[in-house]
Amino acid sequence: MPRSDETPATALKDDSQLQQKTMIAEHYRRLARVALTGEKNVYTFVPGNLTELLRSFDLLPVLPEINALQSAMRGKSRDYIAIAEKLGHSEDVCTYVKCDLGMMKSGNVGPTGEPLPKPDLLLLSYTGCFTFMKWFEILKAEYDCPVAMLHVPYQADGRVTESMRSYVVKQIREELIPTLERISGRRYDEDRLKELLRNSARAEDDLVFVLESAKHRPSPIDAYFGGVYYIGPIFTAFRGTEGAVAYYRALRREVEERLAQGLGPVTPDGELKNERFRIVVEGPPNWTSFHAFWRMFADAGAVVVASSYTKVGGVYDTGFRHDAEHPIETLADYCMGCYTNLGLPARVAMLTRYVEEYRADGLLVHSIKSCNSFSAGQLMILREVELRTGRPCGFIESDLVDPRYFSAANIKNRLESYFQMIEQKRAGGVS
Amino acid sequence: MKAYVGIDLGSTTTKAVVLDGEGNMLGRGITNSRSNYTVACDVALSEALISARFGLIAGELDRSGLDDTARSAALCALDRLFRKHQYLAQLRVFAEIARRIIGSDLLARDYRGVLDEILVAMEAETSDLYAPGASRKSDFFRDLAGSRYLSFAEGSARSKRVAFDRLVGLFDKTILEVENVSAGDGAFEAHAKAAYGDFEEAPAALGVALRRASAVPLEVAASVGTGYGRQTLPFPKEQIRSEILCHGLGAHAMFKSTRTVLDIGGQDTKAIQVDGDGIVTSFQMNDRCAAGCGRYLGYIADEMNLGLHELGPMAAASTRPVRINSTCTVFAGAELRERLSLGEKREDILAGLHRAIILRAMSLLARSGGIGNEFTFTGGVAKNPAAVAALGGLVRENYGDLTMNISPNSIYTGALGAALFARRDAQRAAA
Repeated sequence: MPRSDETPATALKDDSQLQQKTMIAEHYRRLARVALTGEKNVYTFVPGNLTELLRSFDLLPVLPEINALQSAMRGKSRDYIAIAEKLGHSEDVCTYVKCDLGMMKSGNVGPTGEPLPKPDLLLLSYTGCFTFMKWFEILKAEYDCPVAMLHVPYQADGRVTESMRSYVVKQIREELIPTLERISGRRYDEDRLKELLRNSARAEDDLVFVLESAKHRPSPIDAYFGGVYYIGPIFTAFRGTEGAVAYYRALRREVEERLAQGLGPVTPDGELKNERFRIVVEGPPNWTSFHAFWRMFADAGAVVVASSYTKVGGVYDTGFRHDAEHPIETLADYCMGCYTNLGLPARVAMLTRYVEEYRADGLLVHSIKSCNSFSAGQLMILREVELRTGRPCGFIESDLVDPRYFSAANIKNRLESYFQMIEQKRAGGVS
Repeated sequence: MKAYVGIDLGSTTTKAVVLDGEGNMLGRGITNSRSNYTVACDVALSEALISARFGLIAGELDRSGLDDTARSAALCALDRLFRKHQYLAQLRVFAEIARRIIGSDLLARDYRGVLDEILVAMEAETSDLYAPGASRKSDFFRDLAGSRYLSFAEGSARSKRVAFDRLVGLFDKTILEVENVSAGDGAFEAHAKAAYGDFEEAPAALGVALRRASAVPLEVAASVGTGYGRQTLPFPKEQIRSEILCHGLGAHAMFKSTRTVLDIGGQDTKAIQVDGDGIVTSFQMNDRCAAGCGRYLGYIADEMNLGLHELGPMAAASTRPVRINSTCTVFAGAELRERLSLGEKREDILAGLHRAIILRAMSLLARSGGIGNEFTFTGGVAKNPAAVAALGGLVRENYGDLTMNISPNSIYTGALGAALFARRDAQRAAA
């Protein structure tokens, strides 16, 4: 997902990484050239994104969240946020929003250094985050462009009912598809959509293999810091493309190779040879100090074996796959199935299962100051997982892209305490 | 005799605890933290070793058959005279450094005579400062010498018509250097001998006890460091423990049935849950901001021109506490002045400020999983009667009647936990 100008610190320094870089670079190049090519683009969000549908109309997705986190990794978010605050956005507003607005006001130059086009459409296909709505209200005012919005019901009972599904299907068929036809000037082509969905399912199988490889000891991957790279193509503009299929095939091969050799994950400072702690992490990472944050884990020999953040763009490991036989229904299910749309009991159950199935030492919550949709309920989640698994849980707090809220010394202090707490529990204490 | 050392390098004070092979406390020492952490540790440790020697002397006197009154009088006098010689030794170092600093400053020629006068007066009054029954504001050299120096300097500035500010500046420069000079080995013997020599009529048993106690070799077999500055301690990584673990274990050692620990230190507040063996099961610390920590009270004391230890008793005299919401240290000053201007009584404002920090601690306790029975309160703030009263009330209100433990030595909780870890590590390594 991220692309950083720092020395690449990912587990993927080989084929798959190069493929991902090329894919991203080409995509941004295409976006920069829309004035010449006449291609149309749609701004949309990661949770519940309808990439296959957009691509079936030859529309190019742009993901403001991803631009924001990439700005943070390139050290630009502080200035962008300052610009947004100067415009009157409060300190407590989601920092993704402020970072995006700051970028827009600074010429809307994307992560590759090329300008991003104005949106032809703003598509909101996940309404579980109220901020998303406000974000697009602002962008609509700025760009004066059309908006399409699906109302996506929340999974309060942890399941999608038939009426929920038909409610979303109806919106896609009766409102969204006609809008996309109008914007793109093309007729809806279900065969094309089905083909893209088949590609998605193939890539999804390989992604699940990669994420579940962390069940092995030692884990060949870090499913949080490394994981954010792995989910990049499938959570963003590339799901359904041949490129994404090839990327996940290559990635799977590399992970299979690491598994066969019994290797640990690659960290910013090379391969982690001594896996001392296996941790499940709830919550997004911090992007402004991403590598420093990762190092705090790696230096302690801590590997993240599962994370909820790598499910924000789809919970595939419980069996969901895009289903080409029911193209609109599957898109509806996907919109409703992203992690933050699950009720708190479902999130607790999922994290508990992770701690147990991935044989983790405990759950660590990384709470985000400016993200209510992720952070609300996290203390309850922590208590419940602690109660159900009997394993130590920890809690740290920072932010997504506002560097002012990442206090390295304090976070390190808490992480150390957490790891030592696990160690002490293992040793059986002091008699 | 093998000694196991725990050092807690806090933001305000540095504490050391020395245990014997059975885990009994031999001695403890405290000093103010300073820029040179190594010296702070040395001083705290040497204080702890001095207190261990005093413990040995007391043991010897027990066995000597001296009656209780004579025994405690002898010990008291020895301690008082020992402190006097320790103070004198530091005063000499202070004088040397101050003279050097002023000697190298050509513009300060007029001040040399004034400085000499102050230094002579300070040395001359030492016996009175340490006379039987005399009370001292603090036993930290910085505080005691500081208050005496400033008092003489004020008089000299007036009579000799020199600038008081320059004399204050000289003290500040000098004390920084003085605090970074270690007393060195052999200080105990030298001061103890001198103290013994000051007795007009020392009981014979004291001489024997002193000789025997001095002859016991105290060999530091293992050390563990903890606290806010632990990363800078001159210890290998494996000898560093998180203060969370140390406070949990230390509180358990002090009160076996402890289940919840609240520690309010200089710059952080910790809520810790421990099991029946003192193993930490969960914890929460203040994040992103140190509002409502011990420093808050320090700041208030400065604002009101009071000593830190005077705050609690004054607040305890309140009859109608004022409601104060802000726990921001900087805002507290404004709040304080506002309330004073409205005619509120100092006692009532102070009671409100104490309640405000305790309310913040209550929220942290709730986040960590509530308060279990028994509940142990530690850290510098546990010495403050108004904070203790506010906490007691709120605990009863929210959690019912629980046993609340506060040790008079609560400030040493972290160092005690660290010393227990040192002992355990050494014994495990030997096994």
